[in-house]
Amino acid sequence: MVSARTARWRVRLRHLSGTDVALWLIGALLLAMVLIGSYKSLQAGRYTTRQWLDFIIFGLAQGGVYALIALGYTMVYGVLQMINFAHGEVFMSGPFTAYFVARALDKAGYFDSYPILSLAIVFVVAMAVSTFVAVVLELVAYRPLRGAPRLVPLITAIGASFFLQYTFRGLYGSGVKAYPDIELLQGTWSLGPVVIQKTLVVVFIAAIVLLVGLYLFVQHTKIGKGIRAVAEDQQAAALMGVNVDRMVSMTFAVGGAGAGAAGVLYALIFKQVHFFMGFIPGIKAFTAAVLGGIGNIPGAMLGGLFLGVFESLGPSLFLEGLGVPAPYQLKDAIAFTMLVLVLIFRPTGILGERIAKRA
Amino acid sequence: MGGFPLRQSIRYGLLAGVAVLHMSLVGMVEAFSRREIVKDTISMGQLLLILAILVLAYVAARRAVEQHPLYAVFSGALVGLVAGALLAVLALLIKPLGMREVFANASPRLVKILLFDEEGVAGVARLLAVMTASGALAGLLELLPPRVRRPLVYALLATLTLGLLRDIFAVVLPRKVSRFLYTSSGLTQAGLLTFLAMWGVVFTFWETLGVRLQREVRSLPPAQQRPLQWTSYALVAALLVGMPFILGERGSYIFEVLDIVGIYIIMGLGLNIVVGFAGLLDLGYVAFFAIGAYTMAVLTTPELQVVRAVIPQMTFWEALPLALLASLLSGIILGIPVLKTRGDYLAIITLGFGEIIRLLVLSDFLKPYLGGAQGVTGIARPTFGDWYAKDPQDYYFFILIAIAIGFFISVRLKDSRLGRAWKAIREDEDVAIAMGIDHVATKLTAFATGATLAGLSGAIFAAKLNSMAPHSFNLLISINVLCLLIVGGMGSLPGVVVGAFALVGLPELLREFAEYRLLVYGAALVAMMLLKPEGLWPETLHVRELRAEPVKVSPVPAAGEAPGSK
Repeated sequence: MVSARTARWRVRLRHLSGTDVALWLIGALLLAMVLIGSYKSLQAGRYTTRQWLDFIIFGLAQGGVYALIALGYTMVYGVLQMINFAHGEVFMSGPFTAYFVARALDKAGYFDSYPILSLAIVFVVAMAVSTFVAVVLELVAYRPLRGAPRLVPLITAIGASFFLQYTFRGLYGSGVKAYPDIELLQGTWSLGPVVIQKTLVVVFIAAIVLLVGLYLFVQHTKIGKGIRAVAEDQQAAALMGVNVDRMVSMTFAVGGAGAGAAGVLYALIFKQVHFFMGFIPGIKAFTAAVLGGIGNIPGAMLGGLFLGVFESLGPSLFLEGLGVPAPYQLKDAIAFTMLVLVLIFRPTGILGERIAKRA
Repeated sequence: MGGFPLRQSIRYGLLAGVAVLHMSLVGMVEAFSRREIVKDTISMGQLLLILAILVLAYVAARRAVEQHPLYAVFSGALVGLVAGALLAVLALLIKPLGMREVFANASPRLVKILLFDEEGVAGVARLLAVMTASGALAGLLELLPPRVRRPLVYALLATLTLGLLRDIFAVVLPRKVSRFLYTSSGLTQAGLLTFLAMWGVVFTFWETLGVRLQREVRSLPPAQQRPLQWTSYALVAALLVGMPFILGERGSYIFEVLDIVGIYIIMGLGLNIVVGFAGLLDLGYVAFFAIGAYTMAVLTTPELQVVRAVIPQMTFWEALPLALLASLLSGIILGIPVLKTRGDYLAIITLGFGEIIRLLVLSDFLKPYLGGAQGVTGIARPTFGDWYAKDPQDYYFFILIAIAIGFFISVRLKDSRLGRAWKAIREDEDVAIAMGIDHVATKLTAFATGATLAGLSGAIFAAKLNSMAPHSFNLLISINVLCLLIVGGMGSLPGVVVGAFALVGLPELLREFAEYRLLVYGAALVAMMLLKPEGLWPETLHVRELRAEPVKVSPVPAAGEAPGSK
């Protein structure tokens, strides 16, 4: 006699394909590497608690930036079911243009006399430029292709990405431009025993405020309702009198604004901008969007913060424990590995809504 | 008969204006103006501006001609005038606004080029006159009967190409002829007229006799067509093999370029199997190229003590099969995890893989085995007894053989059982699985075949360069290869060759172009997808599939049908 339970297991075993086994083995291996590495690092005690905290705070600030960029990916995916590969360039265009404004303000001494107002101007310029680029991109490159087979808009987006990158390189030059230092954001704050850099705190808080603001915009305004309606069902939304084209434009505008603001925050952390700066953060933000469940706005926020912290802790936490020399060189590899793993094992993400295999 | 399409003409004019402003501000005009296409007459930079106007004015004229023939000319002229006015505004504002502070390329030289070396009002007048005239010319062109227009346009394009390819022909032609036709950067005026006359005759002849000849050959029964086909193939093959002997020492620059084009053709053939045949968009294709190249490098270099302690140094011929094996296996290994994903997710995963491999190679972690950021030097060259390959001409033969192998594999697989299974997966995976196609094996063979060809290409590349740096294996190579496939037409074998020559060969020859290569690629990808998603030389196969009779091949497959998509 075989019990029902074992019978069920047998059926499962029979349906288990070789590829699934191989996949789970790879997954288990990587997980084991992370755990063993972390255990060894922690045991070795190379870093103090304060250093770990620093890593986490840096990760949170960086993750906030990723989350803001991821918002654009996830909203566009929700509405059009396409990966806007050129979103990283939308992110780059804003702060790269706003650099010239920041430089002018810095030269005139406004950053010292009116720091908050000047920063606000830089933000507004960056957000406006990114929004403009995103909306024009949709209008010129994506709108005519709506309804085309899935790969066509993706290839267009890749093309647009390179076109934008090299357009901005041609316009503003290929050099790295250093953002001016802002007196107000220099130095540290101490909260009891914890000492934190002001910039990171400001960036993190700004990112969260912007994220919440954009989320409330999408949830509670009429335009936001329209966007969500189009994401839910384009045809039904059109029949209910929603102007689909306008809502798609608005989606790109909101995503672009988020990316532009994220760009300035990024420039505040890393102090520099250049034409290629959008590529890596773009891919990481996409990872964050997938991680949180693409099409899902709170998911993108969570995914961004998680990825930021994981990436910031990763090299010292488990790579060093495994005896990898110069682990920081592999920081990006961690994010990419995570991207690959999430797409393979859980394409719906942590808070995944719809779509899984069709993607 | 309607009124004059004023708004539409202005719209096209603004479009042309945006295009020329873009080209001026990103620096293309200035960079290209150093190359004089025709001596003392026109530079490449000016030509670029005029071409943009010509194309858009032609489109506008084409629409306007429905109303009244003369409107075509007016409409074209208006397009030129509007675009010219925008340029003039730019030229005049650059200095007073101090635009150079922001725009790196808004230089005094650009102003000079835009105003045709004049200043102030005279320059603006000249600019507007030239632009308006070019627009009107495009309108006039529209009025010509097609029998005259086509040879004329082709002759102009062919002459322009010969002007651009100055670096090849000026070297190959006998000294005296070359002196007569070419200057140090482009054509002489005599050369322009000679080529124009020559091509004019050729294309007029083609329009009348050639088309008829083609029709007659087409109407022959297939049994008689075949020997003709084989003769033409044999001629092409003889020419390809004979070229190094004909050109001798003079050709080393040409073969340097041809080698690079060839390496891309091999990769293109491989990616064509993955993307074109099986519809799996692989953005990390460079990984396999890198694996082939690195296997060759690591196995044959005298450096890398850690590796040498385990594996003895090998020759090119010993390492080549191992390099192919390594890339084949990596194709399968990287293929397994992505089996379950489709479409755009597959693209992103493969992109991730490509980047991971690049980062690993660059890292200090694997430096003892792979050479790290400095790369590897002292890679073995192919040898036969005492002879070893050293000139570009020698590698040309290796590459030619590899291309032949790639072509053979592609042609044989295309209509085989496997090839049809690929196509079924490409069109609809669920249906294909339901029809009993083993999608695991089918997809993995696609990945493995594509990877092997990339590995072959990489191995030859490593041997040819003799040393290599990890920086040559970045995402841009994947994009380049994808680009040449799309421009040529996905799934189309001649398309791979056409695409490689257009996207790799031309930029090698036009060195000023290098900086704007990716800009143009990006624009080309977008434009191709918007206007002609089937590519320049589309695959005719699925046209034939859709109809029962042996069709006269139509140049465009079913409308709206996009290649390589699910």
